[in-house]
Amino acid sequence: MVGRSLAVLIGAAAVTGCVQIETPDKPIEINLNINIRQEVVYRLDGDAKKLIEQNSEIF
Amino acid sequence: MTGNDMMRVKMWKPTGLALAAIAATAAVALAVPSAMAQRDPAYAAARAAGQIGEQPDGYLGFASTPTPAIRALVQDLNIKRKAAYTERAQATGSTVEQFAFTSGCNLIANTKPGEKYQAPDGRWLTRGESPPVRNASCP
Repeated sequence: MVGRSLAVLIGAAAVTGCVQIETPDKPIEINLNINIRQEVVYRLDGDAKKLIEQNSEIF
Repeated sequence: MTGNDMMRVKMWKPTGLALAAIAATAAVALAVPSAMAQRDPAYAAARAAGQIGEQPDGYLGFASTPTPAIRALVQDLNIKRKAAYTERAQATGSTVEQFAFTSGCNLIANTKPGEKYQAPDGRWLTRGESPPVRNASCP
């Protein structure tokens, strides 16, 4: 029983270790998304201004 | 004989084009007044009263609990906005969300003092004389 409990604990610890290794990847992805978004926003800005001017009744 | 026929054919082509151009100009002239149409008075009033305002996502939102009439008005305008964003997104090779967000940056910047807008943290703020609080990605 004690042996099994220990094995389960070690197993749980190993799983936790896996999760901790994966977490550093996520912030890198989010940063990339923000960079792409800002670039896109600057590219679309002129078109957005034109749309708002030409459809003033819905804006 | 054949020379005259050729001339006629040649003469008619530009005339046809000119007529098409006139028709196109007339169509644009007719379309422009509706495109430049002003806000619906009920929309303008709800906006001025601060009941509704601009969200960072490019759509209108409720700064306070709306009446059924105002709710319906905003839903209608947001559907029209989404259709316009979708068309422009396709034309510019972007997503609807990206085009709507870029428009939202401009719409919040365009708010007049006293009008409501939503800050990036979700709070509804009243536009003052100073520039509005906008998302860091806004140009």
